[in-house]
Amino acid sequence: MSDSDSNHPNHPADPARRRALGCLAAWSGAAVVWTVAGGVPRALGATTHGHAPAASKYALTFVQISDTHIGFHKDANPDVVGSLRRAIADINALPDAPAFVVHTGDVSHLSKPEEFGQAREILTEIHVDRVHTVPGEHDALDDGVAGYLKHFDHDGKGIAWYSFDQGGVHFVGLNNVLNFKLGTLAALGDEQVTWLKSDLARVPHSTPIVVLAHIPMWNVWEPWGWGTADAAAALALLRPFGSVTVLNGHVHQVLQKVEGHVSLHTARSLAYPLPTPGQAGVGEPGPVKVPAGELGKLLGTRQLNLVRGHHELALIDTPLDR
Amino acid sequence: MHRFFPIALSIALASAASNACATPPATVEITRFAFQPKEITVAPGTTIVWTNHDEIPHTVTSADKVLASKAMDTDDVYQHTFNDAGDVAYFCGAHPFMTGVVHVRRP
Repeated sequence: MSDSDSNHPNHPADPARRRALGCLAAWSGAAVVWTVAGGVPRALGATTHGHAPAASKYALTFVQISDTHIGFHKDANPDVVGSLRRAIADINALPDAPAFVVHTGDVSHLSKPEEFGQAREILTEIHVDRVHTVPGEHDALDDGVAGYLKHFDHDGKGIAWYSFDQGGVHFVGLNNVLNFKLGTLAALGDEQVTWLKSDLARVPHSTPIVVLAHIPMWNVWEPWGWGTADAAAALALLRPFGSVTVLNGHVHQVLQKVEGHVSLHTARSLAYPLPTPGQAGVGEPGPVKVPAGELGKLLGTRQLNLVRGHHELALIDTPLDR
Repeated sequence: MHRFFPIALSIALASAASNACATPPATVEITRFAFQPKEITVAPGTTIVWTNHDEIPHTVTSADKVLASKAMDTDDVYQHTFNDAGDVAYFCGAHPFMTGVVHVRRP
């Protein structure tokens, strides 16, 4: 059953939701102005004790974090938990409160159960109803993603890919860390691409799409495995849509590519920086140690806003320290 | 110092000769996202010990699951004894661009 079925809560046609709105309107007794932002109805004026909060200027706001590497404790960042908590403080202080958070993978550093457990607990400190995650290769070290799914199964199906709808946007979470073969880039695999095709078939082309996947869905730097072997197959399925935003992690820095209506963005990590590829003398993507006080400038979060009347998302990348 | 060199050299050669009867384990170092040496040739019955020196975890994985290490953190080791002649290609399960091969050859 998909999240867009009308029997699911938050769907506009959900009869229970309509009843609830009707009851609440009757209770207030006065004219109630409702706005729907991020799928959550909010009242302005009468029911808020004289204090009228401004309607969010955005139809939907959410936050992306990535690469927390809970369990890492070397020189490049001896306190990844502290970095994550700093990010959570920033997120909880946002003036436009996000509807939810997405985490684009490498939640843990070694796929240990205690790392997954600790990450899951800390993520509940974010003032959102839900954190949606996709696995990174550091989360796939315990019998593939079996260990990860014990803690982060999105909908109880035991599969690391899924979709959901919120705020008029169709979200797709992909797992591109399950098909590692000798000498090649990671891949989504035929089963997942087939699933994606049928999932997108029921989405109107005018609906904005957001895709979450850990490893970049374009060839950032193949010698370091920074790409997805069958990304072209997935992008071909996404190309007919008017607005597609692909959010990736893995590379611990912000890089972007735009192809027509598809924009792809990698994100900063909340653990440690990685080198930019192609530099002379830098042969591998290992954690970069920076002088004390500089680390916070290289870690950060990203806020994404769907502006009313527009189909593209506005992205704001913010480091922990400016 | 130079007077001692010929004596040191002959002691070293004598030690090597006496060790030739044992089959010490061979070692592969995992360092800077690479298996060193990338290609290694050993006799049947040899044990190879892999040690991870990176700050990032790696695995030693072969497609046929002959080599199937757990996640190796810094300083973790994995070992396998190769009894059959042949070639075993392997890679890191988290970073598949890291590859190596073991040639098992009767001497």
